[in-house]
Amino acid sequence: MKMIIAIIQPHKLEDVKQELYKANVNLLTVNEVLGHGRQKGITEVYRGVRESGNLLRKIRLEICVNDDFVDATLNAIMTGARTGETGDGKIFILPMEDCLRIRTGEKGKVAVG
Amino acid sequence: MKRFIFLLIVLACPFLMFAADAALAVPAVSAVAVAAPAAASNSGDISWMLISSALVLLMTPGLAFFYGGLVRRKNILGVLMQCFMAMAVISLQWVLFGYSLSFAPGNGFIGGLKYIGLNNVGMEPAPYAPNIPHQLFMIFQMMFAVITPALIIGAFAERMKFSAYIIFSLLWATLVYNPLCHWVWGGGWLQKLGVMDFAGGIVVHISAGFAALVTAIIIGKRRNHTDSPTPHNLPFTVLGAGLLWFGWFGFNAGSSLAANNVAISAFLSTNIAAAAAALTWAVIEWINMGKPTMLGTATGAVAGLATVTPASGFIGIWGAMAIGVSTSIICYLAVGMLKPKFKYDDTLDAFGVHGIGGLWGTLMTGLFASKLINSAGSNGLFFGNPHQFLVQCVGAFAAVGYTVAVTAVLYKLVDVFLGVRVDDKKEVLGLDVSEHNERAYTLIE
Repeated sequence: MKMIIAIIQPHKLEDVKQELYKANVNLLTVNEVLGHGRQKGITEVYRGVRESGNLLRKIRLEICVNDDFVDATLNAIMTGARTGETGDGKIFILPMEDCLRIRTGEKGKVAVG
Repeated sequence: MKRFIFLLIVLACPFLMFAADAALAVPAVSAVAVAAPAAASNSGDISWMLISSALVLLMTPGLAFFYGGLVRRKNILGVLMQCFMAMAVISLQWVLFGYSLSFAPGNGFIGGLKYIGLNNVGMEPAPYAPNIPHQLFMIFQMMFAVITPALIIGAFAERMKFSAYIIFSLLWATLVYNPLCHWVWGGGWLQKLGVMDFAGGIVVHISAGFAALVTAIIIGKRRNHTDSPTPHNLPFTVLGAGLLWFGWFGFNAGSSLAANNVAISAFLSTNIAAAAAALTWAVIEWINMGKPTMLGTATGAVAGLATVTPASGFIGIWGAMAIGVSTSIICYLAVGMLKPKFKYDDTLDAFGVHGIGGLWGTLMTGLFASKLINSAGSNGLFFGNPHQFLVQCVGAFAAVGYTVAVTAVLYKLVDVFLGVRVDDKKEVLGLDVSEHNERAYTLIE
């Protein structure tokens, strides 16, 4: 069982979702987050006061999958989110201890889905 | 098929009522006939026209919210800024030379330079409305000039460069709006022909709506965007629609240029058409999609308001109702079928609502206009004067042709010198940050 966390550009969310559905991965949580990597964010100006280094909007996906789905999920995110420019984001893969479905109390592989 | 028949029945109702009303209740309507034109300036007319001017000005920020709620949230300031800048730029253009090109004595095509910089525009009686001072007439007309270029914004929202927008709208106001205004209201050839446009169906809505179609087609689709609409804040859109409805009373009832019976009747037609159109749109959605939507109802109201504009001071209540019901059906088809079929990205349906609505309203004026409502107008086809319908067709299609041609040329001109469209990276980032260095909403705090 793995937890996959991906930080992507907001306008690529729709593409990533479509790729995930194609790979038969239908369970995901989406967060809106702020952040920046090497591109150092953007500059904003309010009434003449310049604020540089401001954070960019990003989308954070959390997807928990069984081991045999990991590669398919990673590929789907890569295909959907990649533009080749800086700011495309990153994917983190974490080991996952266990999982519990609240409605039924099922645990482990079945609960992940 | 059942749905189709139902729609036909809905469409036919007000027409039948209109026919019955026209046949039976003519003497009752004549009681609403206009008073004799007032002579010199009087405080009643002056105060109504000052208030109307302010009402019409409020429509531009209203439109900004109507449009702003419909775009993705990274672009709302871009839209608000474009609308707000129209208030600044076109107000000055109007005072400096726009009013003169529209209303000064000139040839059939464009006004002269007699009123340039507001020379000869003082407190004397206005040439087109002797009951109010000339300067007040100019102020009222200024607000129309401001909102017209702002209407086009809906077509190219989310992807136009701000600098290019300013130059484009300035050129468009000068070379499309000012001539059309002169043709219809300033003593130009359409006015001489007898075209009736009470408050701007041709001058405002056909011109802006068809300019929207042209710009939407030339600028191309938005990138990274599916064809489904992505409104980020529908309450803003409803707020905007409310402000538009409110301001439209100044637009239409104010266009009688006096506090008189025509103003009352225009006020009433405006409200009836907006109400009928809002209800009709909701009913269509209910039948077609299973549920009526807030966005659809608000869009219907605006379509009704746009369509009744040219007719408002010339028609009775059943004419207004027929216009309201039919406009929603037609605009619904334009937005829901025409646009997907031809695949142009008229982002916020400026053409589908204002272009189609303005055209429909202008033609309907030729059907429903009655001298019983406004003795200064003419009768329409339904009151035994088919010639008027023909005249309305000529006026409407001349305006369409002129607008389409000149808008395309102006767009290309600006594109050569400035580049109209923002580059991909800026479009992805959103116009708020990339064109204005600021953001509408924060995520944290």
